[in-house]
Amino acid sequence: MSERPIKIRIRDLHKSFGAKQVLDGIDLDVAEGESVVVIGGSGTGKSVLLKCVLGLIEPDRGSILVNGQEVVGLGRRAREQVMQKFGMLFQNAALFDSLPVWENVAFGLLNVKRIGRSEAKERAIETLGQVGLGADVADLWPAELSGGMRKRVGLARAIATQPEILFFDEPTTGLDPIMADVINDLIARSVRQLGATAISITHDMASARKIADRIAMLYQGRIIWQGPVAHIDHSGNPYVEQFIHGRGEGPIKLDVRAA
Amino acid sequence: MNPLAVIGRLFLSFLVAIGDLTLFAGRAIVQGVSGPYYPRAILRQMIDIGYYSLPVVGLTAIFTGMVLALQSHTGFSRFEAQSAVATIVVLSMTRELGPVLAGLMVAGRVGASMAAEIGTMRVTEQIDALTTLSTDPFKYLVWPRLIAGLLMLPLLVIVADIIGVFGGYIVGTYKLGFGPHEYINNTFEFLETQDVVSGLVKAAVFGFLVALMGCYQGYHSEGGAQGVGAATTKAVVSASILILTANYVVTELFFSR
Repeated sequence: MSERPIKIRIRDLHKSFGAKQVLDGIDLDVAEGESVVVIGGSGTGKSVLLKCVLGLIEPDRGSILVNGQEVVGLGRRAREQVMQKFGMLFQNAALFDSLPVWENVAFGLLNVKRIGRSEAKERAIETLGQVGLGADVADLWPAELSGGMRKRVGLARAIATQPEILFFDEPTTGLDPIMADVINDLIARSVRQLGATAISITHDMASARKIADRIAMLYQGRIIWQGPVAHIDHSGNPYVEQFIHGRGEGPIKLDVRAA
Repeated sequence: MNPLAVIGRLFLSFLVAIGDLTLFAGRAIVQGVSGPYYPRAILRQMIDIGYYSLPVVGLTAIFTGMVLALQSHTGFSRFEAQSAVATIVVLSMTRELGPVLAGLMVAGRVGASMAAEIGTMRVTEQIDALTTLSTDPFKYLVWPRLIAGLLMLPLLVIVADIIGVFGGYIVGTYKLGFGPHEYINNTFEFLETQDVVSGLVKAAVFGFLVALMGCYQGYHSEGGAQGVGAATTKAVVSASILILTANYVVTELFFSR
């Protein structure tokens, strides 16, 4: 762990849906300016973990501190204040279909920071440039974009308000390897330029290696290993070994039934 | 299975649904009133509900007025009361058929579209994205639709009333042999302010209910395309039932002595 102050501290986080215990006592610290990637198989609770931090899902118990402030159980107004520190890239970008690209990017500037439309559009075009998209994209509609362009617009929207904390939910899912690499580079550069703290969740190891300072592995609702990205290949943890090499045989048993 | 237990379970589910809907409406109103406001979102909804519903509401109204004139003439001619045709048309349109038919048409057109749009936003994480952008979905999505429904349906009903009366006028003068002046005089002779006002109050209530059900069903949709489809159907059916129920309640409030 670095000597930098802790930006996000998660302790004993539990969440279940019915009988299924999804998070079973998560402890995780993320230092200021650090990029942590949470890896794990599908259905291990990675998205639930992010959504708990964002307040989209209320945990059953546990504590989440952001800048030392407890965010579990926050009221709506206080939550809106805290959310101004965050930017989020969703798995499928989650662009607003009813708004053109530039209004998607400038959404936070227009509706939260309440700056004028012409200035917001200028800043949106500038931000689109940072993710490698030209001004001609600004007036398109989300439905007119390819998968890679949607991710870039989603990234532009996430960084447009220059947040302190960035979350990335499966940023390369559904992209070809080249576009995935482009998105990984953009994420790494955006985080570095903003000096932001980042948590990404993915099962794409190429992505994890590229954007992480530190990797944590989630399995059966718990963090079973965490360490610097350089140590991932020598973790000594059989679960991590099996996961990063994508082996069917090993301690991780998938619930696969014969057809 | 015990039939009483089934009935009890159904009744409890009904009460839960009513409570949930009431909490949803309450949250939308409290959050919406407290601001911040999104005038562009409200304007967009007003255009969508008001302007784009004009053709369907207008067509419904004109044919309803025409049929009313024909039917009432056929009925009243049996006891030599044909002169009441214009009065029947205007009272039926302003008190009942204008607001109810406009409400049902808007429920089909706008309620379904609201449920589909918000439902799609729900299943594609756009509502979560709103929250992460420090924007309350109730303020940005629900409140503008409630306000637009509340304000625009009365305006649509005014148009529907006028077009419906005009439909009756066309049939009355060109087919049933009324003179133009005679028909217009008969139209306004017994019309009272309360007739029009009650219709407009109904329209406001129906507009609110259509928007509420569209938002509520869309907001709670889950499970992808099938869930959004189910939400759309539920929005139209529940809004239509609520319109017919509220119609009786408002009529009772206005006209029971």
